[in-house]
Amino acid sequence: MVLMVLSILTVVTILFFLFRLVPGGPMAAIMSPRMSPEAQQRVIEEFGLNEPLWKQYLLYMQNVLQLDFGQSFYYGDSVTGIIADRFISTMSLMLTAFLISYTIGVYLGAQLGWLRGTTRERAGMLAVLLIRSTPVFWTGMIVLYLFAFQLNLFPLGGMRSVTANYSGQFDKLLHPDFLYHLALPVFTLCTYYTGLPLLLMRNNLLEILSEDYIDTARAKGLSDRRILFHHAARNAILPVVTAFAIAIGFAVGGQVLIETVFSWPGLGREMVKASLRSDYPVAQGAFTLLSVIVITMNFVADLAYTYLDPRVRLGGT
Amino acid sequence: MSEETARQVAQPRETKQGWRRFFQNLRRSAREQARIFVKSKMAVAGLAIIVFYIVVALVAPYVAPYAPYERIYAADGTWAKLQPPTAAHPLGTTEAAHDVLSQLLLGARIAMFVGLLGAFMVAVIGTTMGVIAGYYGGWVDELVMRLVDILYGLPFIPFVIVLVTVLGASVWNIILGIALLYWLSTARVIRSEVLTVRERPYVEAAEAAGASDFRIMAVHILPNVIPLAALYAAIAVGYSIVAQASIAFLGFGDPTIPSWGVMLQRAFVTQAFGTAWWWVFPPGLSITLVVTGAYLVGRGYEEVVNPQLQEK
Repeated sequence: MVLMVLSILTVVTILFFLFRLVPGGPMAAIMSPRMSPEAQQRVIEEFGLNEPLWKQYLLYMQNVLQLDFGQSFYYGDSVTGIIADRFISTMSLMLTAFLISYTIGVYLGAQLGWLRGTTRERAGMLAVLLIRSTPVFWTGMIVLYLFAFQLNLFPLGGMRSVTANYSGQFDKLLHPDFLYHLALPVFTLCTYYTGLPLLLMRNNLLEILSEDYIDTARAKGLSDRRILFHHAARNAILPVVTAFAIAIGFAVGGQVLIETVFSWPGLGREMVKASLRSDYPVAQGAFTLLSVIVITMNFVADLAYTYLDPRVRLGGT
Repeated sequence: MSEETARQVAQPRETKQGWRRFFQNLRRSAREQARIFVKSKMAVAGLAIIVFYIVVALVAPYVAPYAPYERIYAADGTWAKLQPPTAAHPLGTTEAAHDVLSQLLLGARIAMFVGLLGAFMVAVIGTTMGVIAGYYGGWVDELVMRLVDILYGLPFIPFVIVLVTVLGASVWNIILGIALLYWLSTARVIRSEVLTVRERPYVEAAEAAGASDFRIMAVHILPNVIPLAALYAAIAVGYSIVAQASIAFLGFGDPTIPSWGVMLQRAFVTQAFGTAWWWVFPPGLSITLVVTGAYLVGRGYEEVVNPQLQEK
């Protein structure tokens, strides 16, 4: 818990100092050279840039702790409001994809582990390897090329059609139009996310299959299916659950790319756009939130590990 | 000192101690490992892919038929843009009437450069941190491992975007990002390996004989963890290449240097990828092939490191 708070503070600190390194200072983007020196001075004072660095830093940290990331240069609104809105889009896409790919990954991984040594297993592994090696944004482009451009089955991007209207936030997430837009990005993300749980599940299963109680189960004359799902898979699944933390770290990166490819109005795409248009407050806010997601998930994974495996107990570090 | 050197020269094969023996051992184990490695067909195939792309990267400037940003004109003097493959342009042309094949060949240079240098950085930094943390233990270990924990909280691609925004769009800044964030898992694995190695009797013997910390780490511990470091380096080749392509795709690459990521970015922002398959498939497939190749090499090498895998 302490480490989690410390990590978040470190991330915020690193960001603060990185953005002071921008050529011309963090205000360069909104101050045109044609502004009168007095006007420039006013802007500098308004943002507190005439204060010494440590004072700026304290002020900034104080604001961040109150969840205030300042005003967007581009939208003119409060950054907190903007990124909160994007956060919901990001999570709806990421969690859907995660849920599906973990289910598929665990199932296929168990099957591949069971088939160990056969030609089908080798072909399966090669397929997994190739899919895992494919850059996710390229997969997205190919998926768009096939299903949107050539077959005209799905929309090119975005999160809703212009004609769609929702009665509320919850209704929106279950609306057919939303799901229609969700299909391609979720499919692409699944190709990217499935590899990790699949490989982990397979490796764990291989280890479990050499345990004595599996031999016992065989000796009892149980069916293969029953041994696999009742005796082996249940024990192999634990490390897969806890690998969630590593997976989330990867996921956020893939998320940024996929949101860009499918014009999904999420945190990642907002961060990319904000960085390209030098809207530093938004970039900073979006990055902080992405890091908080990763750090929180790491923490949750640690907790899950302790809860699921009684042999591990929180203690020491 | 000179006496010792003289003895070594007299008996080059049977050196009992010192750096020379260290290198002899290293060479012998490398040869043994190579023998196990070539037994795996997949690993050799992976190595072949990597070698192929390295060769492409080296000869690209001499064999590429056009300059990467040379404008191709049609017979009537207009830009020959988005031409499907023909004999003159085996992979067609782009939106801006550039030859795709030339860009693809030259793109291999940056990919292999980033891949190999990134992997090297990951291996060097990860091994150094891991060996230091594992050998000294105590507060040094605590410090390094907490640093690793904290850096794990930085999502890689967003972090590189920030770096590139702040420091400028160049390949070096992407490599900086790789060097800063990709050594974490390598360091963790190397550290836990060092923890077991340093308890072995010969390390104790070296300590009792008064060997310096540096000597123990370099001569007695390092050779034991080099195979692991090499495994992680092989995997890092793929990661680095994908990272560079991803950043370039998002528009933070250096647009003046032809790279696979920049090619895909151009195809995406011009929306030409909906029709110009000849422009989109080659760079993406090349990335996939190189990453697969690096991974296969890594896995083949893993069999060398972990004899249990060979028996199965």
